Amino acid sequence: MKPLLIAVCAVTLLMAGCSRKSNQPAPLQSTAAGTAIVESSGGKQIGYAGMLLDQPVVVQVNDASGSGVAGAAVYFSGPSGVGFTPAAALTDSSGQVTSTIELGQQAGRYKLLASTRDASGKTIGVTIDEVALGYQQTVGAQLNAQYCVRCHDPESTPQRVSNMDNLSVKPHPFTEGDTLNKMSDADLVAIISHGGPALNKSPQMPPWGYTLSKSDIAALVSYIRAVADPPYEAGGLVYAQK
Amino acid sequence: MKNKLQALWRLFFGDSARAFGSASAILLVLLAVAPAKNYFSEWRHYQKQYLHLIRGRADAVTLERHFQGGIQQIWIPEQQVTDRCTTCHLGMKEASLADVSSVAFREHPVIPHKLTEFGCTTCHRGQGAATTVEEAHSATEQWEQPLLPAKYIEAGCGQCHLENQTGTPFLNQGRQLIVSYGCTHCHTIKQGDGTYITPDDDPPSLRHIADKTTREWVYAWIKDPQAYAGTATMPNYHLNDDDARDVSAFILAQSMPLEPPLQPVKADTKAPADPAAGTSLYGQSFCASCHAMQNAAGMMVGGNVGPELTGIGTKAKPEWLQDWVANPNHYDPGTMMPHYRFDAAQVATLTGFLESKTEPDFVANVHLDAATPEQIEHGKRLVVENGCASCHEINGIKKPENFAPELSRIGSKPLNQLVFVEGVEHSLPGYVAGKVRNPRAFGPSLKMPQFKFTPQQIDAVTTALLALTDRAQTQPPTMRIASVQQTKYQPAGNAGQLMGDLRCFTCHMINGHGGDMAPDLTWEGTAVQREWLTQFLKNPETLRPALIRRMPKFNLPDAEINTLADYMMTVYQTPEFDRDSLPVSQFTPAQVEQGRQLFYSKFACQSCHIADYKNDKGYIGPALAANGKRFNAAWVYHWLKDPQALRPGTIEPNQHMTDDEARSLTAFLMSLKSGGAQEAMKK
Repeated sequence: MKPLLIAVCAVTLLMAGCSRKSNQPAPLQSTAAGTAIVESSGGKQIGYAGMLLDQPVVVQVNDASGSGVAGAAVYFSGPSGVGFTPAAALTDSSGQVTSTIELGQQAGRYKLLASTRDASGKTIGVTIDEVALGYQQTVGAQLNAQYCVRCHDPESTPQRVSNMDNLSVKPHPFTEGDTLNKMSDADLVAIISHGGPALNKSPQMPPWGYTLSKSDIAALVSYIRAVADPPYEAGGLVYAQK
Repeated sequence: MKNKLQALWRLFFGDSARAFGSASAILLVLLAVAPAKNYFSEWRHYQKQYLHLIRGRADAVTLERHFQGGIQQIWIPEQQVTDRCTTCHLGMKEASLADVSSVAFREHPVIPHKLTEFGCTTCHRGQGAATTVEEAHSATEQWEQPLLPAKYIEAGCGQCHLENQTGTPFLNQGRQLIVSYGCTHCHTIKQGDGTYITPDDDPPSLRHIADKTTREWVYAWIKDPQAYAGTATMPNYHLNDDDARDVSAFILAQSMPLEPPLQPVKADTKAPADPAAGTSLYGQSFCASCHAMQNAAGMMVGGNVGPELTGIGTKAKPEWLQDWVANPNHYDPGTMMPHYRFDAAQVATLTGFLESKTEPDFVANVHLDAATPEQIEHGKRLVVENGCASCHEINGIKKPENFAPELSRIGSKPLNQLVFVEGVEHSLPGYVAGKVRNPRAFGPSLKMPQFKFTPQQIDAVTTALLALTDRAQTQPPTMRIASVQQTKYQPAGNAGQLMGDLRCFTCHMINGHGGDMAPDLTWEGTAVQREWLTQFLKNPETLRPALIRRMPKFNLPDAEINTLADYMMTVYQTPEFDRDSLPVSQFTPAQVEQGRQLFYSKFACQSCHIADYKNDKGYIGPALAANGKRFNAAWVYHWLKDPQALRPGTIEPNQHMTDDEARSLTAFLMSLKSGGAQEAMKK
């Protein structure tokens, strides 16, 4: 009798151990269902591999008339390594669910999914894209913040006023993939190193090749590729749930 | 059954020949176990997969030539590195494998180090000698060092790099938080280069606290500092009402009156004649460069060098405010706040303005009876137990030595020395992050208070702490990039005293000592003209229109301005060149015109600088419309040739100008002599 008892205990313990490892969100009891799920905010952020995104992701479940539905269960999922807090929740009174995102351990683009069920029980979802920077892109991001952003970013913050409006030729924001994706790495390196005139462009882009090192400029190029929207084709890996 | 067994026995071991044969067969099978185990080992499986992967690729021949089968090892004895990770991670050095989806075979992301020089576990941790995934990556009984999660990976860099690196923003942030939240008031942190981390949060002395504020305010503050000011770095001790009552009783009881005592507030301060005058003086004095205050729209505006002032009228007594505004040195000789030269009327205006900034709700529900001696005695015991004197000067209590555990090697702490609680991941990063997040969760009797950090700040602090490893302490000094330490530079004489009184070093760096909020002044005497400097000290004009932080107007008398200007013009000279080596008189009109062309066309300086307020709009760099009145020509010339040589880290790009170009541009810039920015804005 005794060995049997020990065996049962062992199996129970083992199962308890296993169950802690599995990250399946507990099923939620929906009290309502919408017809569509949309992203409210938090998509297309530029974060760092393995780290929390600055802003949480907010999605909204809407009914046919486009207004929020409270009490619908929303599930977040993504490639392995991505953490959601919470991974599942009911929509609040405005039809929204907010989740904090920790990106996966690898640099690249992440496709996250927020899903809910409509009245017929069919799963409807919305994909949210995020970017995780690796080491080299992080260097690029820091240099961007120091040297480039005030002219290349049209947005102003209290700490940093954008200078873009003061330029007669408007610089391209680095997220502007439509334009920048057409330029080769060599062209980007040339224009950063030698300034606009190197490619017959405006001298308002000064040469940085005597101020930044070659590896700094390579880091900037890798950052520009990483944040391009639409994505740069050779820009690396896309992580999505299999 | 028994017969059958006997028959079987006889079949294999019936006589000596049979027994020998059977025993040999068994031995052979046993001998084959070891090679078989080797043959079916996990790493061989990975190597087979890798070969399969590369044979399907265009550059298969090259990749296969690079491939070496068998156990691979990076061995660097002086760094105690024996890493066999590359046995499975075979594509680490193959640039063409950057797009492979399996992490195991992908090229290592670009970093400034060679794998063969640093190994893998130096940064990533884990068990280098292991050859199975489980043992190498996870914590086992014999080896408790699992792989470091990616979010703390910068801790790897921080073991050798004690200076701030561009590529490690979270490590830098974590170190800054440790300094600015004053962790090292209680915890000693000795870095690998032998230096100690010193706090810069400047907690106020409590020796005269009763002159400054009320017991009710102290009570509400220690109950919840962030309820008064969201940016407060003081942690929450979670004191219950009785304990807070007794601590506030003791804090007030130990306070001694200032010498000489505070003066009563003059009658006219009570009712400031013009409320706008206070706002305007607060603005002119650029108090917001250091202090934040909530504006009418509910937005927090201002810097974080000094405390937030939204509720200062509730916190500080009027007579203290008056005294502080007039001369902060009286209350706190060590404060970072400059001694403005306000006249009596200005002191009254500013005091009245600050008094009107109240948050009555903060103390509305605090009702304290007069303290009893027992309460004061109990309060004193709590103050001693909680180590309040680690940060604050308190009469009658000495600063405790080593109040909390030393953290110099926290990043290598063995797990068996740690106590885990429910909800904390069983790993070193989990423990450290848990402690930073919610220290009291590890036991209600623990003394470490609750700091107010965002989740992202918790990760940053954890990263900085995890960098404090055995390796960081014991590695050869040649591996180490030392931390940047402030020098002890102090200017001498009357000017030195004056600069101390005005707290120039709170914002400006000179000879490696001071803050980084405002320009480095080490060579200011070479850079600027004396007339400009005296004018600027008298009434600082706006040099950089895009900045919120500005040089305050200190209302200095002429004699003090002259002392400062004389000193700076004499002492703060670069040894590299003579400031008078390029006389403006030698510039020709043709050079000025050529310089103008270069300014507007070839170098497009107007993108960032304003030479002419009518046409130019760029405002990243300082306005140059009055450049000819401000700078010396030789400085401008050398600046144009190599800005970083004169001010390391400046974002002005080096344009690689020829000598002639730089000379012409200097000629043009020295010809710009219109009024200052404010004057031009008014036009």
